[in-house]
Amino acid sequence: MGYILTEEQEFLKDSAKDLLKAAPVALVRELRDNNNPNGFSMDLWDKMVEMGWPATALSEESGGLGFGLRGAGILMEESGKTLSGSPLLSTLIVSKIIERYGNSMMKQILESCINDGKIVAIALQEGNFYSSKPKSTTISIANGKALLNGEKSMVVDGHVADYFLVTADSEEGTYTVLVNAKSEGVKIDKVQMMDARFYGVVSFNDLDISEDSTFNPNDSKNIIGDITNMANALLSAELIGIMSEAFHRTIDYLKERRQFGKIIGSFQGLQHRAADLYGEIEVSKSLSIRALDALDENDFMAPALCSMAKVKSSKVAQLATNEGVQMFGGIGMTDDEEIGFFLKRARVASLLFGGSNYHLNRYAKMSGY
Amino acid sequence: MSLEVFRKEVQEFLKLNCPDSMRKPIMEENDTYWGGRNAKFKNADQEKWFHAMAEKGWTTPKWPKKYGGGGLSNDEARILKKEMEKLGCRPPLLSFGIWMLGPALLKFGTEEQREQYLPDIIKGKVRWCQGYSEPGAGSDLAGLQTSAIADGDHYIVNGQKVWTSYADAADMIFALTRTDNSSKKQIGITFLLIDMLSEGVSTRPIKLISGKSPFCETFFDNVKVPKANVVGDENAGWTVAKYLLTHERASISGAVDADMMTPLSHYAKKSIGLDEQGTLNDKVLRGDIAEWEIDGAAFKFTLDRINQEMKAGQAIGAKSSFMKYYGSELNKKKYELRLQCEGLKAHAWSGEEYNEGKIARQFCRTKGNSIEGGTSEIQLNIVAKHILGLPS
Repeated sequence: MGYILTEEQEFLKDSAKDLLKAAPVALVRELRDNNNPNGFSMDLWDKMVEMGWPATALSEESGGLGFGLRGAGILMEESGKTLSGSPLLSTLIVSKIIERYGNSMMKQILESCINDGKIVAIALQEGNFYSSKPKSTTISIANGKALLNGEKSMVVDGHVADYFLVTADSEEGTYTVLVNAKSEGVKIDKVQMMDARFYGVVSFNDLDISEDSTFNPNDSKNIIGDITNMANALLSAELIGIMSEAFHRTIDYLKERRQFGKIIGSFQGLQHRAADLYGEIEVSKSLSIRALDALDENDFMAPALCSMAKVKSSKVAQLATNEGVQMFGGIGMTDDEEIGFFLKRARVASLLFGGSNYHLNRYAKMSGY
Repeated sequence: MSLEVFRKEVQEFLKLNCPDSMRKPIMEENDTYWGGRNAKFKNADQEKWFHAMAEKGWTTPKWPKKYGGGGLSNDEARILKKEMEKLGCRPPLLSFGIWMLGPALLKFGTEEQREQYLPDIIKGKVRWCQGYSEPGAGSDLAGLQTSAIADGDHYIVNGQKVWTSYADAADMIFALTRTDNSSKKQIGITFLLIDMLSEGVSTRPIKLISGKSPFCETFFDNVKVPKANVVGDENAGWTVAKYLLTHERASISGAVDADMMTPLSHYAKKSIGLDEQGTLNDKVLRGDIAEWEIDGAAFKFTLDRINQEMKAGQAIGAKSSFMKYYGSELNKKKYELRLQCEGLKAHAWSGEEYNEGKIARQFCRTKGNSIEGGTSEIQLNIVAKHILGLPS
């Protein structure tokens, strides 16, 4: 395990920074104000695909870049700094799931994700809060057909998906299926959230999945676990990007804004809060890196570490963005100032694939209490 | 010698020389050995272990061989540390000479001073204490007023130090004294080595809220100190002091680290119990413990990260202030939770069945973590100024 970036990782980071220059926070505002139906720039996604980003975490044997999840985390962190939305998170996770558990038909779909930027959205959550297990989505057999019924919510990239990775219960247990989003029997609604991004509400109505690809049901538990682990470790990396950039902007503002004839950054009341936040960000970073490394190393602690990283980075991203708005003062409350975009994205990113209470509970359970 | 051969050698040595009783965690004062002119070993195992290590110079693994140190490279020292951790070996010698004075002498001392003092530190023959704080100079350390007035080849020292750890058991003290009052307060401080047996030195223990007295007040009444005992230059002691404080901060945060991974949940489970779902009966406490454990792990990984950065050549600088701040605040929080985990019996102050109030006393003692070695507020000032670049 290494906390310091290797030369290759530095290179990946630099190229990510370069590409994301085209997608600054101003772009998020522009997409929102122009009512862009996707909530992100398709051009940007095309460029990411061109750069090979969907295959970042895949091994070189599987046609990937071999950077592992640690490398994928670097991309997520940089996208967090610019708040750039894209189907990157879904694609990074799904690519690893198919690499690990997929059959040949799924591997073809994976090819189209890597080469053409096709999007597989992960449809796990049902209802208001994350739960990795299906609640009322079911597969039943009727007239020799396997029929999928149920509704999934908070589906990241659900509104632009080509396929869905869906979990559903049947009489024999939980299944994980890859279904075509364009099939009849799939209804996709979208909700715009606080972060100006869209999330799918996807319902399946007697969708015949007999022809679709199903993962080996014996793998379902591991697939669901892996998704939860990877999603939260990657989101923790994005949250690190969000908190770092929000902090950076806040410190710059403290050095520039004057009141009472003084730079406000000279006031001890603000200095101590800033210095405390610096420390919290540093420890969050270490934990996030450790979680991503643990996934790449197949460390038995990886599941616990992913939950730990999500708890810590959620809490600190919330703190950093709250402090940001507060220290920017009145201007921080205005839509003109960008600090508010960080506040809003931090909240939604914290919630995805389980909020901090979900993961505190998951961690405590894994630790035997 | 290749590192793997060295590791084998260390393993052999430890197997042979570290008695079983020295492979248990330090629980009380009797489990420690501090050396010094009047030191007595608490038992034969402690003596055997100490001598074996001192002979190899492994009480100070990285110090040069010519003074009696181990002369190990960074990699070798790391192997020794790892192998000792694996077996749970206690440090053979606790010493402010090792942690603080030694590094300062190696950086600022004259060759004569190194030859005179380092071997006795390594062999545990002389026990040192630190004389920094004064009644009027705590956080504002540079405001210290203990005076050292030149008189021929001597200084005459007058004044009072506080929070001198174990001064009543120490043989020597390294102290900051005022040799010039005419300019900026940081200039005019001199770093002096003073024999505690000198005429005019006296100590008085300070009783803490924990009921224990690890600290003293130390008084200097016309004490004669040879000029040869100045470390660094006259009036340039602040540089030495700052360097030492960095060492102290890093070692305090390191000391917290060793105990950091003992799971709080272990105590909570024992006294509060689990429900039928296997979760702690006190749900609020359960969340608090989980949060603390996550912070503890995040801090530990950060120490690993800073270590790797240092190995890669980055200076630790003001990061030691962050480490000291975060580590001591974590330790305080840990004992707040520990009291909650064990309820009534953790709050008892005496009685054999309550281990003479050990937990309550430790809890009280942790409150000093964020005061000694520079308060948390001072550490935050340093981070704000030197890391974040905020103006004063």
